[in-house]
Amino acid sequence: MYEENDNILEQVTSSEYKYGFVTDIAADSAPMGLNEDIVRFISAKKNEPAWLLEWRLKAYRHWLDMVEPKWPNVHYPPIDYQNVIYYSAPKQKIAPNSLDEIDPELRLTFEKLGISLTEQKRLSGIAVDAVMDSVSVATTFKAELAELGIIFCSMSEAVQEHPELIKKYMGSVVPATDNYFAALNSAVFTDGSFCFIPKGVRCPMELSTYFRINAANTGQFERTLIVAEEGSYVSYLEGCTAPMRDENQLHAAVVELVALEKAEIKYSTVQNWYPGDKEGKGGIYNFVTKRGICAGAYSKISWTQVETGSSITWKYPSVILKGDNSVGEFYSVAVTNNRQQADTGSKMMHVGKNTRSRIVSKGISAGFSNNSYRGLVQVGRKASNSRNFSQCDSLLLGDKCGAHTFPYIEVKNNTSIVEHEATTSKIGEDQIFYCNQRGIDTETAVALIINGFAKEVMNQLPMEFAVEAQKLLAISLEGSVG
Amino acid sequence: MLHIHDLQASIDEKQILRGINLDIKAGEVHAIMGPNGSGKSTLASVLAGRAQFEVTGGSVEFLDKDLLDMSPEERAREGIFMAFQYPVEIPGVSTTNFVKTAVNETRKHRGLEPLDAVSFLKLMKERMKLVSIDQSLLSRSLNEGFSGGEKKRNEIFQMAMLEPKLAILDETDSGLDIDALRIVANGVNASRTQDNAFLIVTHYQRLLDYIVPDFVHVLYNGRIVKSGGKELAMELEEKGYDFIKNEFAVTEEA
Repeated sequence: MYEENDNILEQVTSSEYKYGFVTDIAADSAPMGLNEDIVRFISAKKNEPAWLLEWRLKAYRHWLDMVEPKWPNVHYPPIDYQNVIYYSAPKQKIAPNSLDEIDPELRLTFEKLGISLTEQKRLSGIAVDAVMDSVSVATTFKAELAELGIIFCSMSEAVQEHPELIKKYMGSVVPATDNYFAALNSAVFTDGSFCFIPKGVRCPMELSTYFRINAANTGQFERTLIVAEEGSYVSYLEGCTAPMRDENQLHAAVVELVALEKAEIKYSTVQNWYPGDKEGKGGIYNFVTKRGICAGAYSKISWTQVETGSSITWKYPSVILKGDNSVGEFYSVAVTNNRQQADTGSKMMHVGKNTRSRIVSKGISAGFSNNSYRGLVQVGRKASNSRNFSQCDSLLLGDKCGAHTFPYIEVKNNTSIVEHEATTSKIGEDQIFYCNQRGIDTETAVALIINGFAKEVMNQLPMEFAVEAQKLLAISLEGSVG
Repeated sequence: MLHIHDLQASIDEKQILRGINLDIKAGEVHAIMGPNGSGKSTLASVLAGRAQFEVTGGSVEFLDKDLLDMSPEERAREGIFMAFQYPVEIPGVSTTNFVKTAVNETRKHRGLEPLDAVSFLKLMKERMKLVSIDQSLLSRSLNEGFSGGEKKRNEIFQMAMLEPKLAILDETDSGLDIDALRIVANGVNASRTQDNAFLIVTHYQRLLDYIVPDFVHVLYNGRIVKSGGKELAMELEEKGYDFIKNEFAVTEEA
């Protein structure tokens, strides 16, 4: 009977990836491989100031001495870093001065992905920065945001237009030498988004960046930097997709968030990079460093992620709770199916007094996949009266997948309270039969059970994203339960 | 409505049902009684289509269709409802949401439009009263943290929402105190019509004080060994199951 149940599970978790198309557009690329000249090439392409080139070179030289981390609970053949193209930009005839001048082919690509770059057609309420391979192709609603003093633009543009802000904040949360992939990113990052919310401003719309990998053999290395000044608020969304290719592609991004006193940053991700095929061929290696700092008192940073794509995911969105009474949150749903592997979780570093953090992680594994939660809660000597609550729940579909939990807790004072709860469950045959007996077929039953399991996290997503994310959960697991 | 002929079923190659014959007509209430291990719950599960039981012989017709040929969800949509002895919990899914999904799947099967939010809520409010269930309970995750009585009332509430043609109550009385028992029985009685039927599986007679059956059948060792009116239940209560065991164990060996 269990076998039968698992067959059903297999059927439910095997649907096709629908963003796997390729856009046929000429690209301006760097030669394959990585060396100092490539770093100089990228910097020159972007017309960067000397200090930034130096910063990149320093990161590159440091990276050469580092070794790839082996501690994550994932397995893959060695990556040949010389077999990657580090810069690839879709060729546009002219530099677009306005959104109307964007290459129609590019516009079409993003429209196919459900991202309209035409402001008039967009649902009001979301401004988008669209990034394809190594460059940002368009940013919407810039003018409207500028009236409030909000800067929302591509990283390349920010380097040119706001060098003082970039110099001050870039690398301030994730230093160029932080870890292997962050160092690699610092050396070769090509674009990304920059947001700056001035003092006391509440950003009136959701800001979002949509990342798309298109060209073959390229890696995407983008940086996102969000700075929220005193008393400001911003909600930011990020989405990602890539074509279906047989080779693995590397995506090593860095995201830095800075919240000053009483500022709040809400950062949501729906990650749907190509996960590879059923046998585990192809797919994106998603090796990402995301970290925020609650620099000021009473500030708050909240990460929400729905991770369904990528063949391998390695990321731990973290918060440094430096300001007294600051708050860090991490809400995650990670789905792995077929041969996908995920090692993801969070770090909460309590430095200031009365700081609070909350981790809610929901892992769903199906097929032959492996899903690990890895988290660190660190409470420093001076972080008196701090609190953390962590909850890690795993749901297994079938009996060939794995769920693992690696919680680390370090507490250095005796006035703080840290709680950790974990559960592992399996979608029971009993649950499915119960639903069947009420006239609900197995596929609908599984979607119902999964969405119930992930509800606490899904509730954190902005409305516009929540429905989409719910569908995505059901689709990612289609064919895996019966 | 339901026509069971020589039904045989086993689990893990162990024979449990050894040839059940039973006819249920619209408007009737049948009770199946019997000692532990006689096959009562197996019969309920086989009718509902639980996969781990293997039907090894016989036939079941439900409204002139071959019931054994249908998947569990098809049986449900055709009008078979089972109130579970141990209702499962589904975290994060509210009872309201669950019942709405179930009602609309059944409506779809019957070629009806899904109920809109207003009509659904109206129907729900009406049916909640039948089992004195509170709105706040229905907003909570399905059966999660419900007391035994709340779970059983929730089963009867779902039954009332789905309006089945044949409702099978599998030991619905187990674990209920006398007040909860009365509430559950009232819910069932209020749902009785000329067009539907009930099959009540129970170990004890006490539920039958409140839901009065038209027929009582005694199941023993995988067969119906005795059938009668409601007075048979009284007799069992008085004498215990031993007299059945003695009587039929002898026959069995003879």
